[in-house]
Amino acid sequence: MTRSWRARIERLIESVLFACAALSIVVTLGIISVLAVETLQFFREVSPVDFLFGTVWTPLFFQKSFGVLPLVSGTLLVSVIAMSVAGPAGLLTAIYLSEYAPARVRRVVKPILEVLAGVPTVVYGYFALLFVTPLLQQVIPGLSGFNALSPGLVMGIMILPMVSSLSEDALRGVPGGLREAAYALGATKMQTTLRVVLPAALSGISAAGILAVSRAIGETMIVTIAAGQQPRLTANPLVSIETMTAYIVQVSLGDTPTGTLAYRTIFAVGMLLFVSTFLLNLVSNWLRERFREEYA
Amino acid sequence: MTRRLRNQLLDHLLHGAGLGATLLGLVVLGALLFDIFSDGLGRISWEFLTSFPSRRAENAGVYAALAGTVWVISLTALFAVPIGIGAAIYLEEYGKRGGWSRVIEINIANLAGVPSVIYGLLGLGLLVRTLALGRSVIAGAATLALLVLPVVILSSREALRAVSPSLREASYALGATKWQTIWYQVLPVALPGMLTGMILALSRAIGETAPLITIGALTYVPFAPDGLWSPFTVLPIQVFNWVSRPQEAFLENAAAGIIVLLALLLVMNGTAAWLRDRFQQ
Repeated sequence: MTRSWRARIERLIESVLFACAALSIVVTLGIISVLAVETLQFFREVSPVDFLFGTVWTPLFFQKSFGVLPLVSGTLLVSVIAMSVAGPAGLLTAIYLSEYAPARVRRVVKPILEVLAGVPTVVYGYFALLFVTPLLQQVIPGLSGFNALSPGLVMGIMILPMVSSLSEDALRGVPGGLREAAYALGATKMQTTLRVVLPAALSGISAAGILAVSRAIGETMIVTIAAGQQPRLTANPLVSIETMTAYIVQVSLGDTPTGTLAYRTIFAVGMLLFVSTFLLNLVSNWLRERFREEYA
Repeated sequence: MTRRLRNQLLDHLLHGAGLGATLLGLVVLGALLFDIFSDGLGRISWEFLTSFPSRRAENAGVYAALAGTVWVISLTALFAVPIGIGAAIYLEEYGKRGGWSRVIEINIANLAGVPSVIYGLLGLGLLVRTLALGRSVIAGAATLALLVLPVVILSSREALRAVSPSLREASYALGATKWQTIWYQVLPVALPGMLTGMILALSRAIGETAPLITIGALTYVPFAPDGLWSPFTVLPIQVFNWVSRPQEAFLENAAAGIIVLLALLLVMNGTAAWLRDRFQQ
């Protein structure tokens, strides 16, 4: 009697816990359906071809045009600048911490680097707009007050800890035997690191890099504050641009009535953003799994 | 130059470059903190903490934003912590390898990588409009709860995994059921680790700006929230509002607001570190 009662409670608890876990699936479905519903509505009025390949983005103007490429190019420009900082600096930091630094230095440096990753993005936006841009303007006279360069560099510093800590994990995951074999053949530390350890950790390091790109594409506040709000198709980092994320914030700040075409644009742009980061995350996960299998 | 000498030189070069890259991060962090404190420290006062925002920069304060942050984050914790721990217990203690558990695991890993502004769109479409919660404290907290859920689940699982299996086996051997084992043996041991993870997840939520702007949180709110359905603003949004103004005096306010935000984060992270150290034995 009490025994079957107890078994029933156990089963009930298990199903409640399962519901908690299954909620994450509901969240994913929720994201996809919210984005899909509004995007489909949007595509009833604007053809997907015009959206994806159009070169003029003026949905909030009287003369409306819905070509998303200027937002895409702005996003890519900032991400490329960010990655040209975070990629090399993150990898070198990882090499230093994993292969060269004494344990004592690692113990001090790692938590401080993690602070960089924990600083709210709005703080980086302030820093980019009011410290880095004026500083760069002294060196580059033509730099406008809002530009892609300064938020790009600052974003690079923000994602540097992510690149370095994931790459360091990958480097440390390489079995010590490989290093010892290289030393035994008379290789220096540099030769061992660059020709043995680095190639062995390559899939793990690429996974870190791709995840960082995905983070850079999705980053919002730094670019909203410091890059401006001028969607234009350019590779010039010295002028004001607009990213996909900054556009979503711009519309959210204004009083665009719900249900209008202008309102739906943020979901269409959001869908593009979601799909691209999702694909990058999938590739990154796949690479990491492969790395794990190689040295499991 | 002999080959040996050259190799040694290159070795030093890589060492130096690595050290330089590591210092780059530290130097920028130092510059950032210096810049913000030199801009904003002069504005920090009791009046700044207890005043409402104002059109006149010298009268403006962070009270409404601070109250909004406390409301939203407490509620976020109330939503995310029980659900996150429940999900972690299921995946760690009940889930069989393969099948649904595997699908849920991959899904959570993917959710952790979704940009935060997308959660804002989810909140806008689902919570604010479909469920008609409006631009309220509860809609903001629910949005942030969904955002931090993957982090809460991942850190809780780590804490559960750290509990030695022999503890569970001993409990089963004494005839305890699965849930009795989890409730009386596993959870008490895992609690400090979980708590640390929760605080870190919430300190991420405190700094979030974009998803709350996207669901329509207001940027100028001259009152503290008085309930779940009240309009609200939070500290990072207040900072963003001040940064977007051209007047110098508002920029000082922004820096001072950032100092308050960083102080809050420091307290939370300090607590998390203290908990971890204290219960690590």
